[in-house]
Parts: sequence; structure tokens; C-alpha cells
Amino acid sequence: MNFDPSEEQRLFAASIERFVARDYTFETRRHVVASHDGYSRDVWAALADLGLLAVAIPTEYGGLGGGAGDLTSVMEAIGEALIVEPFLATVMGSRFVARTGTLEQKNSLLPAVASGKLTLAFAHSEQGARYDLAHVTTRARKTGAGFTIDGDKRVVLHGPCARTLVVSVRLAGDDTDQEGIGLFLVSTDVPGVSLAASRTLDELRAADIFFADVHVPANALLGETTCALSTIEDVVDYATALVCSEAVGAIRFANSATLDYLKTRKQFGVPIGSFQALQHRMVDMVIEYEQAKSMASLACATVDAETDPVRRKRIVSAAKIRVADACRRVSQESIQLHGGMGMSDELKISHTFRRLTMIAQQFGDADHHLERFASL
Amino acid sequence: MDLNYSVEERAFRDEVSEWLRDHLPADLRQKVLEYRHLTRDDLQRWHSILAQKGWVAPSWPQQWGGTDWNVVQRYIFDEACGYAGAPPLVPFGLLMCAPVLFKFGTQAQKERFLRPIYCGDAFWCQGYSEPGAGSDLASLRTTAVRHGDRYVVNGQKIWTTAAHFADWIFCLVRTSPAAERKQDGISFLLIDMRTPGITVRPLILMDGEHEVNEVFFDDVEVPVENRVHDEGKSWTVAKYLLGHERMNTARIGTSQRELEHLKEFASMQRKNAKPLIDDPRFRDKLSHVEIELMALSITNLRFLDQLRGGRAPGAEVSMLKIKGTEIQQALTELMMEAAGPAAQPFAPVAGNDRFDRFMASLAPRYCNYRKTTIYAGSNEIQRNIIAKHALGL
Repeated sequence: MNFDPSEEQRLFAASIERFVARDYTFETRRHVVASHDGYSRDVWAALADLGLLAVAIPTEYGGLGGGAGDLTSVMEAIGEALIVEPFLATVMGSRFVARTGTLEQKNSLLPAVASGKLTLAFAHSEQGARYDLAHVTTRARKTGAGFTIDGDKRVVLHGPCARTLVVSVRLAGDDTDQEGIGLFLVSTDVPGVSLAASRTLDELRAADIFFADVHVPANALLGETTCALSTIEDVVDYATALVCSEAVGAIRFANSATLDYLKTRKQFGVPIGSFQALQHRMVDMVIEYEQAKSMASLACATVDAETDPVRRKRIVSAAKIRVADACRRVSQESIQLHGGMGMSDELKISHTFRRLTMIAQQFGDADHHLERFASL
Repeated sequence: MDLNYSVEERAFRDEVSEWLRDHLPADLRQKVLEYRHLTRDDLQRWHSILAQKGWVAPSWPQQWGGTDWNVVQRYIFDEACGYAGAPPLVPFGLLMCAPVLFKFGTQAQKERFLRPIYCGDAFWCQGYSEPGAGSDLASLRTTAVRHGDRYVVNGQKIWTTAAHFADWIFCLVRTSPAAERKQDGISFLLIDMRTPGITVRPLILMDGEHEVNEVFFDDVEVPVENRVHDEGKSWTVAKYLLGHERMNTARIGTSQRELEHLKEFASMQRKNAKPLIDDPRFRDKLSHVEIELMALSITNLRFLDQLRGGRAPGAEVSMLKIKGTEIQQALTELMMEAAGPAAQPFAPVAGNDRFDRFMASLAPRYCNYRKTTIYAGSNEIQRNIIAKHALGL
């Protein structure tokens, strides 16, 4: 047993923490989210320079061959600083390619991701699908030497920032069949692809993406497979473990800001942190943090090492449930303990609240994962 | 014991509901049901309709326009309005300033201020909280120094709802900074918002809305005749008013409407190829809120029954505030949860003409409702009140 980060992990952590302290203040973020693209290309280039975009890419494609465990501290830093750049979406996209792509697909995409030239997003969720990963109604049919895609995707996170999308499609079967799902690589500038972009509650960019008679060549089919659900589950579990770590970072910020407030805000002539009713609530928030951090670590270690999908799913769901509960409790309490100040858009704590609220439901809310956990 | 409304009370409820059906403008109701922003004009329009009917200020003395309804009738009326989806009435004039004037104001003050409040010609806001005086209101520092027949006011108020469209503000100010107890030396002033030296700065809340403000006073001159009650003795007024502020925070009718809305919404959302409302996990949570609300509505009626005799409300209003706001928050949370991933979008980016504004209103509304357990005396302060005044702890 050893909970200490490796030397390499320590370096990743140190480099992103240094970057955030210097170049990603809350003020910087405010400008970034208000900008046209909703993310900063300079920040993206800086993340590439620090080697952080290469961490999860296999070594033979210009990466460092790291896993979720190596990204833990990076995700925590992203959560703490509320970084809005398309990091997780790109990591997900590259994992799809690394897991199932052909040699040609890997060669053309992965080095570009590692060097910061390519951003990706996973276009999967659809109207009415809720959190069911097998719900895919976007259809692809064989036409000539390639395929034609028709259908709508909803709230694709970081869709507007991506140059290439990994799109789930139904090649065969009914709308929610486990079998018959494929994945395509589709550039966002292909004719027939249109985007309706929005800002999400947590200031990420997202898009509803519409595919109307979109022609793609045969080699756009990722990994030449028509049975992609298990890959989708693998990648989404991987991303869920990572977002649990992101939550841990955001919770750490919420707790430290709240503790600071309890110590400095004076009412009735004393710091409000001297009131036992508030002390106990702060203590519970700290316990939530520790429990969430444990489960996030377990989930990251599991997606890296576990080969049995059932065991992996159980652990990831357990982590997501625990983290979602912590997100909810800590976010709500941090606002309540800040009083009116917590409601203000000017303070970072309200934006952390918004991010934690969204993480609680990202890749499935606690109810969804309870159902999956209990059924396995 | 009979937990049902009497025949007369039921007839009254039907009369109110029927009138609301005929007179609540459909467009205003629609705005309320869709959680859209209400402008000053919207609020004023509904205020005028009620004023014309004579129902805008039921609790006032009859000579000033009150309806002479008892507490149960007033409750029935409020809840029917909430249930029907009527816009809220801005409470600062009708339910806060006016009761103070009735109890502490001079005849001249009553004659000057009450009529415009009744008609909706003057909107008021409340100058209570300050950056250093929130839960600890008595530590307020805005000063009023007397020069002949005027006070000169300096200082700052914060979280002032509606200050950006209010015509008047009632303020707690410190007239004797040297007083021994911080509760002494506080006075109650009525200040015209157009007076030179007042600056209103918006405070945007986390849902992006502009509801509250900071109000700065820089050598603002206020005629002495605008002081209510004795100089330096207005902590009594402040406390009296806070009791009134909390009378209307349970909002049971509104929550009943929201609960029905939630059920309807959850039956349209689908999970595992079935309506979400049939999902046992979701249904359990929804049922728990429904039961809490059922209990609170009866608790509220029990308290009202006790108040019918004319006793002043005590710590029980704190209980209603705590449970009422917790239920309101739970309902907004379940609405957001019911929408699932569709609740993520917040605002369209230029060129997006397919943006679903209703879905996008649910998560911000959840954010916005975090305020309910903070405002009007935080729920922690309410618990202190119950502990101290009801339980003697």
C-alpha cells in the first residue's frame, strides 16, 4: 500500500499548480468564459507546453503513457481553479481512439492531441436518453464507399471547441439495443453538420449537434467495430473517475473558502466560526471531502488496473454516488455558510457551487449510479 | 376537532379562486409558470388589479383599505394567489413599511405614505442589512446626524431587493453612535430614492439575475419629519417589522402549485423507457417532499387557528420559515434533477435559435433558491429564535 504520488505525478501536480497560480486566476477565467470561443487557445497551448495534454496518450504516439492515476492531480487542479478548457472532452476522445482506433487513425490523431493541435469531443447524449449509454438513435447507413449519418446529439460538452467529434451512431437494431452501436470520427466542418451552441450552468461550452445527410468515408468508422457499447462504457467510466477527481479539487476550494470565511467574518463581535452550530457543519464538509477523495482515488486506480468490466462498473458507480453526495452537500453548505456573499456572482464560491452542481449529474446522477451499483 | 375548512371558509376560497380565474392576466400567469423575469411593470400591473378590487392589503385596518378578513381568510387568499400563479406582491411597502406606520407612524405620515403604497404608485425597498450587519443587524453603522430639521445620512446598505426600481427606502440608521448598547441609538427613516447622494449599484446573483443591490448614502439629506417613532428607539420597530417579514415566507400555495408542476414535468421526462415519475427512486424523493408540504400546511393551519384569537405571532413563524424554504429548495432541486442532462445549458451563444429557455431556467432557479434559507433572517437565526424564545435555551 502506498498512497503517495509517484515522482512523475508530483511533477504534473506541481506544474499545473504553478500554472494556475500564475496564469489562471478567477479573473482570467471570467474573461475566458466571456470570450467568443469560451476557452483560451493560449491556455490550451500552455497546457500542451507543460506536457499535460500528452499524459494520457500512449508513448508510441507522442504521449507519456499515463493513466487516470497520473491525471488525478491535474483534474483536482482543474476543479480547484474551475478551468473551462476542453481537457476532459479531449482526453475522452483520445481514449476512444487509443482503445479502438486503427493504426492509421491513431497516427493521424493522437500525436496532434498530445501536442495541443487537436481538440476532441464525444457526441453521444440524445434527447430522452437521460443517462442510458445504450440509447443511440442517430443512424448511420452504408452508402457507396462510406456511410451517411442522420440524427441529433444534445448538450455535447465542449462540442463547439472541438475540431473532431467522436460520434456514436446506430448501425443496427432498435434505439436502445446494446448491440449495433458504432463510433465515427467526424470533423465539425463536414457538410451537413450544424451546431447550436450554449454556455452551461458551469460556464463550459456545449452544443446540440445536428447531422443531416452527413457523408463520411468508410475509414471514419472508429476501429471498424459495430459493437462499441463496451468501449463507450469503458471510456465513460474512465471519464467519470476523472470527473470525481475534478470534484475533489472543487470541494477542496469550497471548503477552504468557507473555512476562511468562518474565521474572518465577524457577527455579534466574534468570528462566526466560533458558533458550534456552524463548526459542526464545517466538520461534516471536511469529512465529505475525505470520503470523496478516497473514492475518487479508488475509481482512478480501478479504471487503470481493473480488467473485469463488472467490477470496474461497481467501483466507478460507487465513487460517483459518494462524490455526487459530497458535491451536493458541500456546495449547498458552502453557500449557506457564506450567507448573502455566497449568492453573489462576483465570488468564486458561487461558480464552484455551479460546477459542483453539474458534476453531481455529469455521466449520471447519484440515482442512476445507485441503480447500476445495486444491479451488479 | 375538524381539520377541514368551514362552509364559510370554503365559500370564501371558491370566491377568491373564481375571481383569480377571471382577473389574473394570462400573460402574467404564464411568465410566473415559466419562471421568467418579472419587470416592475408586471409587478405594478398585478398590484393595481388587486388594488382596484380592494384586495391588495387585506391585513391593513379597514379605514385604510384593509378587508377585515381574519387570519385564516388572509391565509386562504395568499395561498390561492400563489396556487393560481399570480405574481408576488412587492412586500416592502404593503407588508413591512405600512404595518410600521400603523403602529408607530404619525397621522401625517400615514396620510402621506399609505395611499401611494396601496395604489402601487410608490414601490418601497428595505434598508436593513449592511456589509458588517447581516444576522447581527444591530451592529449597523449607517449614520444619520441631525442638522436642524434634517438628518444627513452616510453609509451603505447591501442585499437591497428592488432598490433599482423602488421609489422609497425605509432605513435603519444610527443616530447616537455613543449609545452603550448597540440596540440603542437606532432610528427609522423614510428616504426618497431620488434624493441626491444615493447611489444604487447592482449585485448580480449567481443565476445572473439582478434582484438585489448595494445602496450608498453620501451626505443624503432627509427631513426630520421622515423619521418614524422616537429618535434612537427604533430597535423595537426593527424587531416588530422582522416578525411581519417572516409571516409570509412559508409560501405553501406556491409550493403546492410547484409540486403539481413537478409531477406533470416528471411524467413527461423518460427514464429507462418509462415516465420518470414511475421511477421508484425519483418517486420516493418526490413523495417525501409532498409529505413535508402536507404536514407544513396543517401545521400552518394549526398555528393560524391559535392566532385567530388575536395573539401576536411568536416563534412559530420561524418554524414556518424554516420548513417552507426547505420545501421550496427541494422542489427546485427535483425539477433540475428531473430534467437530467437537459438542465445543463444556461444561456445560448450567438446564432443559437433552438435554445430551450424553460429547460435552461431550471438549474439557475435551483441556484437562485439557495437564497431562501439565507434571506429574511437566515434559517440559523430562525433556529436561534426558537431556541431562545420558545424553548428558553
